[in-house]
Order: sequence, then structure tokens, then C-alpha cells
Amino acid sequence: MRPAPLMLIATLLIFGGDLRAEQPSHPLSPALGAAPTADERARHDNVIFPDGTGLPHGTGTVARGQALYNAQCVSCHGPRGRGGSGGELAGGNPDLTATQPDKNIGTYWPYAPPLFDFIRRSMPPRAPWSLSNADVYSLVAYLLNLNGLFAANGRLDAASLAGVKMPNRDGFIGIDARIN
Amino acid sequence: MISNDAPNPLDHVAGNGLLDRRLFLSKTFLSATSLAFLGSGANARAARPTEPWMTQPGAPFTNYGVPSPHAAGIVRWVSANPDLPGNGVAWTPLQDLDGIITPSGLHFERHHNGVPQIDPARHELLLDGLVDRPLKFTLDALLRYPRESRILAIECGGNSNAGWNIRPAESPVGTFHGLVSCSEWTGVPLRVLLDEASVKSSARWAIAEGADAFGMTISLPLSKLRDDCLLAVMQNGEPLRPEQGYPLRLIVPGWEGVTHVKWLRTLQLTDRPMMARNETAEYTELQPDGKARMFTFVMEAKSLITNPSAGMHLATPGYYQISGIAWSGRGKISRVEISADGGKTWADAELNEPVLPRAFTRFRVPWQWQGQSAILQSRATDESGYRQPTRAALIAERGRHGYFHYNAIVSWEVTTAGIVRHVYVDAAPEAGAGSSDPFDHAWD
Repeated sequence: MRPAPLMLIATLLIFGGDLRAEQPSHPLSPALGAAPTADERARHDNVIFPDGTGLPHGTGTVARGQALYNAQCVSCHGPRGRGGSGGELAGGNPDLTATQPDKNIGTYWPYAPPLFDFIRRSMPPRAPWSLSNADVYSLVAYLLNLNGLFAANGRLDAASLAGVKMPNRDGFIGIDARIN
Repeated sequence: MISNDAPNPLDHVAGNGLLDRRLFLSKTFLSATSLAFLGSGANARAARPTEPWMTQPGAPFTNYGVPSPHAAGIVRWVSANPDLPGNGVAWTPLQDLDGIITPSGLHFERHHNGVPQIDPARHELLLDGLVDRPLKFTLDALLRYPRESRILAIECGGNSNAGWNIRPAESPVGTFHGLVSCSEWTGVPLRVLLDEASVKSSARWAIAEGADAFGMTISLPLSKLRDDCLLAVMQNGEPLRPEQGYPLRLIVPGWEGVTHVKWLRTLQLTDRPMMARNETAEYTELQPDGKARMFTFVMEAKSLITNPSAGMHLATPGYYQISGIAWSGRGKISRVEISADGGKTWADAELNEPVLPRAFTRFRVPWQWQGQSAILQSRATDESGYRQPTRAALIAERGRHGYFHYNAIVSWEVTTAGIVRHVYVDAAPEAGAGSSDPFDHAWD
């Protein structure tokens, strides 16, 4: 074995991550990026992943979700998730090969935790980021219940939301990038 | 003396009156048409002009120019959800424009919850996740970075979706296909910032987040970000307009519009996509077998005749220049062919320089219309060899419910009265089609 790789390994063992930190930036870069504070990082750390990573603490119920829905969502999404100017949320024909398939949460969404991500950051449009975590869990619980995917008396939290398997979980094909 | 083997430039090169694309450049044509003007009026005395713009001083200078009042009708057509006016689109009036650059104020818009009015002093970009050095960048810092400029088309993945409808939509070409525009974008190559943060070898994706009231998020493969993406700060030579992402917009050359995240505030490096609502429930294409295409990033080659186009009227027979745009997310347009007989015969169009990758290419071909009925079509081929499909071929492959990524050949019928209207020429399976309303998709 030649000595050079051994030296490199030894160097990496000794210096570890510091070696990377000493790597130069791009040669054209003025390197003006600054280290963010923990608070600054937290203000951008809001993504919830399909396995539930990122879901916050909190608990919601279908009943509370139904009340919230009828107060804040029904004007655009219609009663029980159908018939409004906004996207269809539930019901209809679940057969995606049908002549007129219904694409909605129950028939089309592949993962459940992104419902929390989307509602928290985008809904209701007049006041995004206004719903408490318990509100969002409750709305997700109600919408999953409308689609027959969550019990009417259930309590939804991070673990139970991550455990919901959506019917169309395997319904997608990656075209310009792999899905997994 | 004309040699016997030289083609007569006035010979038709394809059916129904299409002329050689080089005709407008040929000396024969120019001299024949200009002689008449040179001969007439050479001895006339100069009569004093009476128009006020020649006999009175003109208007003063302006700080920022605006179109002539006589061109004030060239505007974006806005189509939004009445329940939520910030969710909708504004269409580029392609029928009124020429060349390859879309004026910034006419660039199409697609917003999900309005245009944020961002104070640049309070806007920062954070690079975080699988990086050795999380970094925040103020706008002032980013403005000191090296920049590149590129002329690039951006097309919404949902552009032209009325093409899936059973009956052809009869709207101006811009209100049907105008969710595509082409600008010069200037910004920082993203790889410079990625290198500064030192991306970990486990990173495969980056999640881009916008600072609007929709909180747009999209997952993008890291390889693309490194390859050719820009962090744009300027459009057509001036700072981005608010509706185009001021102060920072991600430019993802050749990929569908939703990936060009406006008002960019976060890039989080990850080992997987986030499966956000806008990359699963939307911007995916359901196929006839019930499976849906996901991560359909590349906008395939497409072309449109913008003049003449639906709603126009050819007042008198004679020579017309057929003109339009072609573009491809895969690179340069290599060829545009025109048919005046519904696809039976084709003639090459002249491609105006510059022909740039992933930008609009302007094409032109002369046409002799003698009052006959005609069906005008264009079809583009790009440098990858991909050729724009017929509508029947696209529907046979994708079915009726894909909604996004409609790029079929467009047909304009010219009637004997000179009326131009949108038609379908090929028999496509219409069973299960949506309504003929071009806006039949619920606002999302």
C-alpha cells in the first residue's frame, strides 16, 4: 500500500470536521455568508418530511377540526371538502383510472404529514401561520376522517399522523428525479 | 440573367401558399418591391408638415418610460379566484409581442397568495441542512457576489392546459398559452454559495422556500442546483419586479415555472425530497393507468404561431409573415416547421438569431394567402432530437387528466373570410374529457 492514502486517513482522523471547515470557498466567492444564530435557523426550520420528521408537539381532535373547518375553510372548500372554488379535499370517485377520477387528499395524496406542513404554512390564505399546532392537528384529523382514514374519536399527534398510510402511497413515478 | 437551376423565390415550398423562408432576405424580392417606391414622387416639392408632433415641441423627459398610450392595450390578462384574488395567473399577451424578450411588466405571473412587498433590508437567505457551514446572506452581501446573465424562458407547468379540453378554447393565444415568458436573468451562480457552505456528501436535494404568504416550497435535486441554477437579482437589466420575486428568485433553466421559487428565503440541503403539496397533489400528471408522473421538471419543446393567431382577422389577401416562438427545456431549438394545410406538408421556418438554449427562438416564414381556407401549424424540434407531438399523440400517451405539461402542436384555422380561430385537426379520444372551459380546474 502506498503511503499517501494512509497519511490522508490519519489527517482526517486527527482533524475530523475541522479539515472541511478549512477548505476554501469557491474561488470567485467573496465569502460574505455569516453564521446564523440558533434563533435565525429556527425561523427557517419549518419543513415537515413525509415520514413525520419535523412534526411539532400537540394533539388534535376531529370534532375541533370540524368546527374550525366550518368556521375558516368551508367558504372556499365547500361542505365536507367538496364543491368550493378551492381544491377538492375529499370524497368522489377513488378510482384514478376512471373516466372522471377525483383527485383529492384521500384518493391522491401519497403522504399524510405534508398535510400538516401545507395547512400550517399556507392556510387559511387570509392568515397563514395563524393556526396553533392543536388547530392544525385537528384540521388534519378532520380531513383524514372525511376521507375514511382516521377514526372520529381519535386524537391526532405527531406519532399517529406519521403512522397514517395513504391509499395512493405508491401511485407516483419519478420522471426527472428518483422518488426514493 | 436568371440561371435555370436557381429556384424561383416565389415558388411555394409547401402546400397552401407557404413560401421559402429566405424570401424576405433575398435581393430579388427586395429589389422588386422597392423599385416602385423609388420611381414615384421623386420630383415632388416638399409640402410643409402639419402634424402637431412635427410642428410643436415634444413632451419632456421622463424618469421611467411607459408604453405609448396607443399601445396601452397590450397588457396581461388576469385570471384569479374570486374568493382569493391573490391566487391565479396573469397571462403574457404573446399575440401582441415580437422578438424573444418579454418586457418585465408583461412577464406572466402565477401566485398562490398574492405578491409580497418585501423590505430588502429585512430579507435574508439562509443556507442550512446538510452543509458544514450554515450561512445567512443579506441582500447587500449577495449583491457583491460574481454574477452571470442568461436569456431564459420560464414556462408554468400548467401552461396551455386548455388544450386538454374537448372543444378548442377560443381565446387569444396569450390567454391560452401565455404562461410562458422570456427574460434576461442576472444573478449569482448557486454553486458559488453552495461551495461556500460546503455541502455534505450525503446531500441529494435542496428544499427551496419562498417568503410569500403561501410559503411556497419545492424540492430540487442538488445536481441541478450545482449545474446551472442562478440566484437572480435582476431581470432585463433592472432589479426584479415584486411579482417576479424581488429581491431574490431561484432560476432553474429549462425546468417548470414552479421550481423558480420567487422571494427565496431558505435553501435547506437534505438527503430526500419533502414531498410538499406542490410536488405531489399538484404539478404531477395522472396517467390513464392511474399512476401519476412526479418530478416532471423539464419543459419539453413547444412552439406556437403568435401571428396570425386566434381572434385575428386577415383583412385582405396577399403576403403575410407567419411568426411565432419556440423553446425547449432541453436546449436549443434546432428546427421549426410550418404547415398551412393542417399538417399534410411542411416548410422550414427561418430561425432568427440569436438561437439560445432554453430561451425563446423567434421563427418566421412568408405566406401567400389568396383567400383560401387554411390551417396553420408549427412544430418544433430541439437539439436533443425531440419533436413536438401532435395533440392526438400527446393524449394517446398521457390520457386526459394530466393537466400539466401540455405541449402539443397548435392549429389555427384561417377561414375564407380571413377569420383566425383555434381548431383541433386530429382525432383524439375525447371520452372522459373535461369541459370546454379553459379554467375548469379548481383554484388550488
